[in-house]
Amino acid sequence: MVKALIGRKIGMTQIFTSEGNVIPVTVVQAGPCLVTQKKTTEKDGYNALQLGFDKILKSNHINKPMGGHFKKHGVDAYKTLKEFRVENADEYQLGQEIRVNVFAEGDIVDVQGVSIGKGFQGVIKRHGFAGGPAAHGSDFHRAPGSIGMREWPGETLKGKRMPGRMGGKTVSVQKLEVVKVFEDKNLLLIKGAIPGHDNSIVYIKETTKKK
Amino acid sequence: MKNKFIEAIESEIKTKEIPSFRVGDTVVVNFKIIEGNKERIQAYKGLVIAMHRNGASSTFTVRKLVGDVGVERIFPVYSPRIDSITVERAGKVRRAKLYYMRKLRGKATRIRERRKGF
Repeated sequence: MVKALIGRKIGMTQIFTSEGNVIPVTVVQAGPCLVTQKKTTEKDGYNALQLGFDKILKSNHINKPMGGHFKKHGVDAYKTLKEFRVENADEYQLGQEIRVNVFAEGDIVDVQGVSIGKGFQGVIKRHGFAGGPAAHGSDFHRAPGSIGMREWPGETLKGKRMPGRMGGKTVSVQKLEVVKVFEDKNLLLIKGAIPGHDNSIVYIKETTKKK
Repeated sequence: MKNKFIEAIESEIKTKEIPSFRVGDTVVVNFKIIEGNKERIQAYKGLVIAMHRNGASSTFTVRKLVGDVGVERIFPVYSPRIDSITVERAGKVRRAKLYYMRKLRGKATRIRERRKGF
């Protein structure tokens, strides 16, 4: 079974181990997801499944192109779609339900989401620059400093770290442990923090990192 | 209010009976200590100087004096390592956090007893 799901980040809490140690966990409402499209080597050049999450209940919330896509594959309409690579897509049926029980306690997963947007930030917060002294007549506080106008390099190099928009980018966190699975409530407890604000969409899949 | 899913998870943790105590009370915390494969209970008695109320993550801070040195321990309220908590003496205080106790010594650290009606 494909070890991948689309979920919604609920928030963080703590649970105790039997020894009494505290584990910080993120609660994710994961799935149930539906297979909305199969991609095969013959047709698309690679094997993948498109999963849908969060059913669209009102027909006027579906636009024409997406409605056509769902109609073509004979499945219900979903708000979030995401493709996950699989070994052989023919093992699955269109409309097959993928539930949270594809994951078990102790599984190691990667989680992808959109990080919390922080707006336009300076170099200290955005890139971890040290900044200057706060007092003693210092005129140099949080500014980025020289950006290259000495004899060398004599120009501002491409990729120079400067102030700008921070966060709101797609971020993956690898090798997180699944602490608990609640099959009846479709909940996953993942050890540690995951990207995004509460109620944001996250993609969970088996880790690509080797042990 | 917390999210209903988080509350559902925390309600599984918050099954233990916790005696009601407040900041300013003197309590004895019977804490399980695991040494190798043996388990014993250590009593820790002191003044509750702070409580951090946050569902299943709630903690409380207990301060005592060992010799002349102040010792503070923070216990998670719902920790399975806590065997029991008993309230030795109820204290009447006018602050939520008694961090000022750290500066006080001897007679100044006395706290009035809380009687019925407070």
